[in-house]
Amino acid sequence: MSVLGAERIKLFSTKSPWWSSLATVVFVVGFGMIFLLTTASLVREDGPAVPFRVGVSTTQQGIFFGQMVILVMAALAITTEYRFNTIKTTFQAIPGRTSVMLSKALIIGLLAAVLGEIAAFASWGLGRLLVTDFDLTIRTADQWRQVAGAGLVFAITAIIGLAVGALTRHTAGAVTALLVWAMLGEQLIGAIPRVGDKIQPWLPFNAGGHFLGVGPNQNEGAQTGTDLPYNAWGAVAYFAGVAVVLFLVAVLVVNRRDA
Amino acid sequence: MIEAVGLTKRYGRTVAVDNLSFTVKPGRVTGFLGPNGAGKSTTMRMILGLDRPDAGQVRIDGKTYHQLDRPLRTVGALLDAKWVHPNRSARAHLRWLARSNGLPNRRVGEVLELVGLTSVADRRAGGFSLGMSQRLGIAAALLGDPQILLFDEPVNGLDPEGIHWIRQLMKRLAAEGRTVFVSSHLLSEMAQTAQDLVVVGRGRLIAQCTTAEFVDTASETSVRVRSPQLDRLREVLLRKGYALHVEPGVDGNALVVTGSVTSEQVGEIAAEQDVVLHELSVRRGSLEEAFMRLTGDSVEYRTDGQGPAGPAAAGSEDLMVAGGVNR
Amino acid sequence: MVVPLSFKHAVRGQVGGAMIEARGLTKRYGRTVAVESLSFTVQPGRVTGFLGPNGAGKSTTMRLILGLDRPSSGDVLIDGKHYRDLHSPLRYIGALLDAKWVHPNRSARAHLKWLARSNGLPKRRVDEVLELVGLTNVAKRKAGGFSLGMSQRLGIAAALLGDPQILLFDEPVNGLDPEGIHWIRQLMKRLAAEGRTVFVSSHLLSEMAQTADELVVIGRGKLIAQSTTGEFVERASGTSVRVRTPQLERLRTALAGTAGTTVRVDEGALLVNGMTSDQVGEVAATQGVVLHELSPQRGSLEEAFMRLTGDAIEYHAEEAGEHLHMQGTSGGAKE
Repeated sequence: MSVLGAERIKLFSTKSPWWSSLATVVFVVGFGMIFLLTTASLVREDGPAVPFRVGVSTTQQGIFFGQMVILVMAALAITTEYRFNTIKTTFQAIPGRTSVMLSKALIIGLLAAVLGEIAAFASWGLGRLLVTDFDLTIRTADQWRQVAGAGLVFAITAIIGLAVGALTRHTAGAVTALLVWAMLGEQLIGAIPRVGDKIQPWLPFNAGGHFLGVGPNQNEGAQTGTDLPYNAWGAVAYFAGVAVVLFLVAVLVVNRRDA
Repeated sequence: MIEAVGLTKRYGRTVAVDNLSFTVKPGRVTGFLGPNGAGKSTTMRMILGLDRPDAGQVRIDGKTYHQLDRPLRTVGALLDAKWVHPNRSARAHLRWLARSNGLPNRRVGEVLELVGLTSVADRRAGGFSLGMSQRLGIAAALLGDPQILLFDEPVNGLDPEGIHWIRQLMKRLAAEGRTVFVSSHLLSEMAQTAQDLVVVGRGRLIAQCTTAEFVDTASETSVRVRSPQLDRLREVLLRKGYALHVEPGVDGNALVVTGSVTSEQVGEIAAEQDVVLHELSVRRGSLEEAFMRLTGDSVEYRTDGQGPAGPAAAGSEDLMVAGGVNR
Repeated sequence: MVVPLSFKHAVRGQVGGAMIEARGLTKRYGRTVAVESLSFTVQPGRVTGFLGPNGAGKSTTMRLILGLDRPSSGDVLIDGKHYRDLHSPLRYIGALLDAKWVHPNRSARAHLKWLARSNGLPKRRVDEVLELVGLTNVAKRKAGGFSLGMSQRLGIAAALLGDPQILLFDEPVNGLDPEGIHWIRQLMKRLAAEGRTVFVSSHLLSEMAQTADELVVIGRGKLIAQSTTGEFVERASGTSVRVRTPQLERLRTALAGTAGTTVRVDEGALLVNGMTSDQVGEVAATQGVVLHELSPQRGSLEEAFMRLTGDAIEYHAEEAGEHLHMQGTSGGAKE
């Protein structure tokens, strides 16, 4: 338990996690509202001609931007330790490096989960206040999943960020790798004709998005040509699986190498 | 007690530490000396389980570092004062460390007081001077009230008062029966602090002994004599076969008698001859002389063509002349 | 191979007599007074140590000498001129203030080359000083990858570049290993022996005791002392003479009878205060006492320094160490 306590003190005794947390919520809510208001006005003007509707998941379209901040924050949680050499002090105080990694994962994962919940429900709540002519009430289990699931997706995202941070040890390298992968890589691969469609479900961030109903192939009620090989829970399980594998590799490497 | 047995560490094709074995005993300050690149820092990191030895091992009270439960209560270390997150306060830095080893929060305030940082405890460590960072590092090392302490260049950046303080602190820690292992390049400082020495060069053990033994075996002791009847004394000493030379000083000419000679012998001879003495002092070799002699061939950046233990200066005229020829 | 310390090609700044004079030097930063009406002289031909606790104003003074900072009042003159009025200043005064003031992506040689160029010094001199400090084989590497010791050597090379009559060093042994420390000490002594002015600040008093002939000691921005190292130590900590003899009691009685002298026995030897070793030797001779040791004991520079600057210290650590031990936790000390 003391290892967890130490990691918690470490995380909250510098300012950057606080700023990152704020940025996460602002990004999710901000981009979510822009998307919601734009979609709502399009639907109002063109009615049924538009291939999508306005619903609960429409309020959640900013999630992806929050995820990017979570990735960076989680990577920083360990790359700054390498940059300022505090990793040596950490391993000196706690020679069991696996427990250090697990504690970091737990703390940063928990923070991400809490931020995910706050951001998702804030988006939904604000959306209901701003857009009153569409029904944004949460009724079905799917709708609950689409909002409340953000915490889980954020937590998994944080584990990926942490793992990549631990593997690269450099802030610039980790952030570049993560953002290029999540923002560009997955979009570009998905855009490759024919093959892209087949690979796309297996791209982890897409899978995570699918769980929340904000994947590239979904909008509320939108029909797409892709048949996904899993349901929503299968998608998140796949996303989590990727994170766990990456994390295990990171733990193994951290234990092997000199501090 | 720290025991290194056959410790070896390679980085690629470079051998940083080569089959190094030594013991650091409790109750004494043990100095860890060696030229740059001799493998001192690598050894310190291996003691703390930060680097993994390629062969051999280090044991702390019979256990490897990884086997220690709450290691900060057994071993405290200051390796590099700048290993602190610059945006974290000194207090927060110590708090997470204390927490990680189940030490009470009260202890943080105590060590801050001990090193004199209480008034700046809530300031960002990144804004600290090197001296202040050093004190913070020492506070971190003392946090768990450990029986074993490792310090790498502890006086770095400290001012004279700080240097005096850390020297007294190390002596006191040792007097309490703790094991104190301290590496430093400042030999005049180490001569005042360390009772035992572990000397390495190019990753290998050069010597492990007491500081006095080290100085005695590797450097010469001489006797300095001043007298109003210096010439007479000189003749007598020469006749008796003593090696000596005359050395001018601010207090007049003096005889320096070298070789195996004691001040007692010179004093008895002077008395026999009714020679009045104005000074009769023993000059021990310095730790620096001894060190330079023994590590001469393991220096990383040799300067200036002269051997490291070479005579004080080859004379600046020689330098100018040789320089002229060079051109 | 022996490397030239100085070189013929550059025109000497001025041979001999180059000195630094501070007169009423004062520097304020906002409401803090860093240096307060400081006056001192640094003479050629000797190594002058510049001592003071942290925050005493040493670095500020060095910067004022080099014209990097402007004094709030007072003056500091080099050979009677302000630094800014010196033509090709590197030929007059070489300085090592902070070894890390080098662009990390520039090679050691390139760093020295632009410096040489800026003061019209021949390129050959760059290689000479690199050789002198022992960096020739790493001269093409980026300075950013240098260890502190290597950076320090590069800084010293830069200071020596213009073969200046005046040299300023701020903590020159920082990061150097024992061989490097020995080398820089001998170098400073040699530079002084050649008639140059060498002004060096350091916290390492045991090192300064071996190097400096003269001292300028400041505390809280004010001058505490300017004197020779020997005088400084004697004045602050006094001297005593240690005597060993087989006829201890006889000598003790004889010495104790002299006015103004105190004698005490310490580990089988006599410690005599209030007499020089010459005087003690004469007394011993008249008494027919055989001497086994007669050595003047000088106080250390550290003792003298601590006594004189006692109240000018910035961060006081706990001397008694009541917090050394952890209280109230079981098994704290032993595992």
